[in-house]
This record gives sequence, structure tokens and C-alpha cells, in this order.
Amino acid sequence: MISRFLFTGADRKVFWTIIVLLAVAVLVPALNLLLPTDHPFHVPNQIVSLVGKYLTYAMLALALDLVWGYCGILSLGHGAFFALGGYAMGMYLMRQIGTRGVYGNPVLPDFMVFLDWDRLPWFWYGFDQFWFASLMAIAVPGLLAFAFGWLAFRSRVTGVYLSIITQALTYALLLAFFRNEMGFGGNNGLTDFKDILGFSVQADGTRAALFAASAIALALFLALCLFITDSKLGKVMVAVRDAESRLRFVGYRVEHVKLFAFVVSAMMAGVAGALYVPQVGIINPGEFAPANSIEVVIWAAVGGRGTLVGPILGAIAVNGGKSYFTAAFPEFWLFALGGLFVAVTLFLPKGIVGSISSFRGRMNTQSALRSQKIADMEAAE
Amino acid sequence: MTILLRAIFAAILLFSSLHQAGADEAELRTIIAKFASVKKFTDTQSVINELAQSADAAAVPALKALADGELNILKSDGTVVITRKEGDGFVYSDPLSGETLGTAGKSDFRKVKIKNSIRRSIGGLLSSLTLGSTDPTVRLQAAEALFSKADPDALAQLDAAIADETSGDVRERMLQARAATVLAGDNDPEAKLQAIAVVSGRGDRKALAVLNAFAANENAELVAARQAAIDRVNDALASWQAVQNIWYGLSLGSVLLLAAIGLAITFGVMGVINMAHGEMVMLGAYTTFVVQEIIRTGYPGMFDYSLAIALPLAFLVAGAVGFALERGLIRHLYGRPLETLLATWGVSLILQQAVRSIFGPTNREVGNPSWMSGAYEVGGLVITANRLWIVVFCLVVFVTLLFVLKRTRFGLQMRAVTQNRAMASSMGIRTPMVDALTFALGSGIAGIAGVALSQIDNVSPNLGQGYIIDSFMVVVFGGVGNLWGTLVGAFTLGVANKFLEPYAGAVLAKILMLVFIILFIQRRPRGLFALRGRAVET
Repeated sequence: MISRFLFTGADRKVFWTIIVLLAVAVLVPALNLLLPTDHPFHVPNQIVSLVGKYLTYAMLALALDLVWGYCGILSLGHGAFFALGGYAMGMYLMRQIGTRGVYGNPVLPDFMVFLDWDRLPWFWYGFDQFWFASLMAIAVPGLLAFAFGWLAFRSRVTGVYLSIITQALTYALLLAFFRNEMGFGGNNGLTDFKDILGFSVQADGTRAALFAASAIALALFLALCLFITDSKLGKVMVAVRDAESRLRFVGYRVEHVKLFAFVVSAMMAGVAGALYVPQVGIINPGEFAPANSIEVVIWAAVGGRGTLVGPILGAIAVNGGKSYFTAAFPEFWLFALGGLFVAVTLFLPKGIVGSISSFRGRMNTQSALRSQKIADMEAAE
Repeated sequence: MTILLRAIFAAILLFSSLHQAGADEAELRTIIAKFASVKKFTDTQSVINELAQSADAAAVPALKALADGELNILKSDGTVVITRKEGDGFVYSDPLSGETLGTAGKSDFRKVKIKNSIRRSIGGLLSSLTLGSTDPTVRLQAAEALFSKADPDALAQLDAAIADETSGDVRERMLQARAATVLAGDNDPEAKLQAIAVVSGRGDRKALAVLNAFAANENAELVAARQAAIDRVNDALASWQAVQNIWYGLSLGSVLLLAAIGLAITFGVMGVINMAHGEMVMLGAYTTFVVQEIIRTGYPGMFDYSLAIALPLAFLVAGAVGFALERGLIRHLYGRPLETLLATWGVSLILQQAVRSIFGPTNREVGNPSWMSGAYEVGGLVITANRLWIVVFCLVVFVTLLFVLKRTRFGLQMRAVTQNRAMASSMGIRTPMVDALTFALGSGIAGIAGVALSQIDNVSPNLGQGYIIDSFMVVVFGGVGNLWGTLVGAFTLGVANKFLEPYAGAVLAKILMLVFIILFIQRRPRGLFALRGRAVET
């Protein structure tokens, strides 16, 4: 496996990205914590939390790439899995507040006291344990994806129809989480977090640790995706994308392949959400907005779908641009984002990474042809 | 605002009609003049009673002014006048003729003091006095007021009024008011039994209130009759509620249909996923805003025609944007539906931000023309004019569109291109132009929908976003490529949503509908009315 990383071109890119991510996971927290603030190589706190956020977005884009780039399923509802993972972590963080809330109730979060609830709803049980919340951050998106995918893929809802109903799914969840009666804080969501695993979420050390955790998790997911796409199953997934009915007639159970990719992808999105929430300090129903999920698609498209590395670059580049534009020219950001959607679909259908690869591929064949010609000419002389 | 205007209008109508009823003016004048010499509340009450005995509707303005604290006595000569604040001073007028007598400061008057019990008795008196008005609508209002108030003392006046009444409707209302009065007073059980029957015959909320207020503890027969009557009224109310729900559902369905019908063409017929569809609706709404703004500043008299002017303009604006979108972008993406989806989403973001930059991020005010405001009451059903017009309008748009598709040359070409592009092309149809025009038609209809939706929704840059998911749901539910499916889909979803709302609440009803559609798509991936045959395969 490792030797194949080093020898095949496409894998080499992923391999180097994993190395870079692991290096970043060590270096950025070290440069942030160990160097004095006036040192030229010091990484400021806000950069740590900003890039940490981008890394969780990158994870979400990578998850989408697994289903869209390799399986041809354009999910416009991946933000829902991300937000569900985020809510699971948010519930743990809410339970950690304890008596430090405004109302000082040892068990009930503030919004429940405010709503006059006298005890914890059953679905909040167990969320005071970190292991349980982490498990739920993976299991809940996974189960939802399983139920949804099992229904949708079995009845052969494909293409645009699937995109539209995934959008309806996240829209329905958006409306549901806005309701106070749901027991997830309604409009305001979950916020005012204090501790994670006993460490203050505000502390520099915790931030750095969360950053490192995000970078390492992204590296692990990248390796996992490479493993999946490089396996025989990965080849079948690509076949699903390119010729679904042919594959079905050949005898493969297409819906099982799709379901596997969809569930794994949803779980990855859930982990991304769980890492996102402690870093930004809030989760609210706005994360379910259909527009957010469509934005994830453009991250993957800009970087290059079906390249694994591309979506990561795309997520970081687009969000970096967003942070810059919304601060410098707030009026201009939607023009830029809209233009990006149009330009990428028209002129860069393979994305940045895909286009570079095919460009280099052309150059290589050309140079190979040229050297072949020279060799021929020399042979002729 | 309109309610206030209407109340003022009704009051003017009431007063103007009452003046004609004045009979013995001199006698009334002497009674009213007694207000100047009252010392105690009991004196005030006895003057009011005298006015009541006169049974002359001309006393109404004075009584009304008394209840509102506007009946004053001029300190200089002791005349009783009605005052109205104007600027810093008060304009005072004659209580009977309404003729303006002059202006004076606040200190020049002494107010005729009243208390709540007097105010109440004036209220009952006003209704019974207006029973004698020449205007049937005023008499009807008086009977309605007496029905709700059920003042036992008004029985004699009601009987007299019923005997004189010529209009059948008013007479019926008066009989009902009499029945309510009988129930409130100390009458024999036989009369009360009949009264219960009459009151329950109304079958509305007011009847229920009267029956609930009626204490029938003394007589077992009456108790049973009252309970039966309450049940009857409740049943009647429930069936009216169902009818009202159907109406709300149709109204919601017509909004959904308007928003979705353009999409039924671009998505349903052409197979193009246009995520910027909602923004076409928004452009139509903003066109209406601009038209109204120009009319407001330049030609205020034309305001009632603003929507008629905005309709063709909205069609042209949205249609032109749609045409440009098809030529410039979508035609490069045919056969790549997911890319089309993303690119048009980008266009929708650009259009939103463009409108936000030009018109600002806040809601813009779009007014209702006069013929679209107000409401009609049919039995227990309340129908607002703007909703009624939107239902009518959406059906007109639907029929027109059906006509264009089935009976015109362009429609024929359009159907030919969607059914078999190669064959249509070889028959000499310019397929690229037909594509562009079809897309422009779908977008233009979205623009027209925007004109209608501007009447009931906030006109903001986010207007379109609220409709895009619903529109897709309607088209997918109804079945792609089938206008009738869209019609049935829109109205089914609208009515079902409104029937769920009382049980589940508005938000949960919407969630349930979305879940229902998601599950429905699993059963019938091609929608309610699926196309059959070769077209399905491509």
C-alpha cells in the first residue's frame, strides 16, 4: 500500500497532502503556543481558530466528494449531516455548563429552564458523557443517511430528483430545529459553552488541541477515502457514476454500493460538524439552510470533484476568499460566489486540481510524443 | 389602516342618514339643552332616558359625542355643543344639525361628565335608536349590536322596529336580536324555547356566545334545549371551519401554483434545473414596486391600474433575463443537469445581490389597489379580496398557458422539440431558438407570478428563496412534463397543508408535507402523473 502511494501519480498527491496536514497539525499549534506573540513566526490565535474552522469545512467537502465525485450522487443536503454532528457535540457541551448557566440549574440547559421544562427530555440522556456524544455525532448522521439512502436508492431515485429531495430533507430539518418544542434550543441553538473534557473551550491550549485534532482527523479521512477509492469497491463506485444501468445489468447491486458511500460520507460530515462546534462556539438551525449545503458543492467543484485533494483545497480557498471579501467588500461577496459557480461549471468543469492533472497529462504525452519523434528521427539517420 | 378608514366611512354614512330621520327637532333641542344644567350622574342618566323615549335617531350624534367625552358646554352662554380637536384649539358644532359654530380654546368649555355605567347605557341606547334609521345597512348594524348586547330593556323598541321593517334580511336579524333579548330578560320558558331555536338558527360564533351566556338553570327543558342548540351551533361552526380550511388551502395552492407553473415549463418541459427561478419571481415583484413608485410620484390617479401595467412589464423583464440566461449560460450545459443546477444557483446569488445593491436589503412597500383590498363574507366564510383575485389570476394564467402550449404554432414547435429534438430539427424548426423562447416563457410567467405575490408577501431580495423549494416540490410531486399534474399537485399540497395546520401547527404541517413528498417520491419517482412511453427513457 505505502509503496503504491509513492509510485502512482494520483496517489502521490494525496500522500503529500496527508504529510502536509500532519505537519500542520504539529507546527501550527506549536508556533502558536511556544513562540512569544511578537515573534515573526508566531501564529495568532484568530488564525488558529479560523484555519481550524476551514479544516472542518474541508472535511465536509471531502465527504461530499466521496459521494459526488466517485458515486455521482449530488447531495444538496450534506450540511444536514454536518449540523447533526454539530448538535450532538453541542449537546455534550451544553451538559458540561452545569450550574454555571444563567439559571444555575445543574441538569437542565438554560433554554429548557426558560421554557419551564422540569426535566431533561429522553433524547438528552447520556450526552453528559463525551464518548456517548462522540458516538452519536457519528451514529445519528449515519442512521439518517442509511434510512434516507435505503429508501431513495432502492426505488432508484437518481440525478436531479435525488438532489431535490436531499434539499427537501435539510429544509425539513431546518424547520424542525427552529421549533422550540424540539428541545434543541430553537432559533438560538446551543451556545455559551464552557468546557470540553474539563478544559475551557476559550483557552489557547484547547484551541490548539482542537486545531490539531481537526488536521489529524482530516488526514485520517483522506487516507480512508484513498483506501476506499483505491479498492475494488472504489472502482465499482466510479462505474456507478459513469454507467449506472450497465453496472446493474452486469449484476452488481448498485443501491448497496451507493448506500455504503452515502453512509460513510454522512458519518465523516458528522465528525466534521462535531469538531466545528467547539471551535466556533455555537450551533444553530441556520447550519441546516439549503444554501449552506449548496455552497459545499461549490467548494468541491472549485477544487475538482473526484480528486480527494481538490475539495480540501477548494474549501480552504473559497472560505479564505469569503473571510476576506465579507470583511473588505461585503457587497461584493455574493457576486464573487455566484460568479464562481458560473465560471467553474462553464470553464473549469474538472476544478483546479483536475484541470492541472489533465494539463500535465497532456504535456507529458506531448513531450513523450516529441521524444519519440526525436528518437525516430535519430533512428532514421 | 383600511379598517380605520372603513370605520370612519361607516360613521359618516350613519350620521348623514340619521339627519334625515330628525322629526321633532325643537323638542330634542330642549332635551339636549338640559345637559347644561345637570349636577349629578343621575341627572345625566335621566336626560339620556328622555332622549331614549323620544326614539328619534337625530339624537345619535349627541349621544355618541357624550360617550366619547366630546359633548361640552360653552362656558360663555351655556350652549351644549360637540367639540372636535383641531390644531391647538377646538372646533365646536351644533349637536343636532352638525353645523360648525366656531372655534375656542380648551378652557372655554365645560365637559358633560359621565361614568362607565352611563357609557354602557348609551351604547345600548345608540343601537336601539338607530333601529329607526332610513338606511337598511344602519338598521342591520343596530340589530347586530343589539344581538350581541342583549339588553332586556330594548325589547319594546325591537318589537316596534320589527313591525315597521320592510327589508327581509334586516327583519330576520331583528328577530334574532329579539330572541337574544328574550333570553337575557325575565320571560316565560315557552318564549325562551322559541328564542333558543331562533338564536341557534344563526349558527355562528355570536350565537354561541349568546347561548353560553344564557343561564338556563331553572328549567330542565330549557337546559336540554340550550345544550342541543349549542351542539347544533358547534356542528355548524365545524363545517364552516372545514369550508374555510378548504378555501385557505385553495389560496395557498394558488400561490404554490403561481410560483411553480413557470418551473413546470423550464424544468418539466425542457428538463432544465433553474435554481434562479425564484429570482425571476423576485424580479417580477420588484418590477411592480418600480411601476408603483413611478405612479406614486408622477401619476397618483393611476394607482388602481398599477398591477395591469406591471403585468406585461414583469413578463418582459423576467422573460428577457431568462432569454439572456438561456443563450449565455444554460445552452452550454445541456445534458449536464447537475452542472446546470450549480450554475443557475450562482446566477440566483448574483441576481439577489444585484437587487440588494440597487434597492437595498430591506422590504419595499408594494400597495394593494383599491379593488384588491377588503373582504367578502359568505355565511361563516371570510374571503379576502386579494386572495380571491390571486386564485382567479392563477387559474387564468394556467388556462392561458395551456392554450399557448396546445393551440398555438409556438406551442406545437415547443412540444415537438421536447418530444423528438432531431426530428423537429429536420422538419425545419429552429430548435435553439425554440429552447431560448421556451425558457423565456417560463421565466416570464415567473415574473407575472411575482406581480401577484408582491400583493401578499414581503418584497425583499430574499423573496424568491422562499418559493424555490416549494416550487420544486410541487413540480416533482405533480409529475414532470405535465401541466395538469402541477395544478393538481399545487392544490393538493395546499389543501393538505391547511388541514394539517390546526392539528400540528404551521411549521410542523410544513415539515410533514416535506416528509410526505420525500416518501412519495420513493413510491412514484416520476410524480403523480408520470409521462409514459419513449419520452421517459431519454
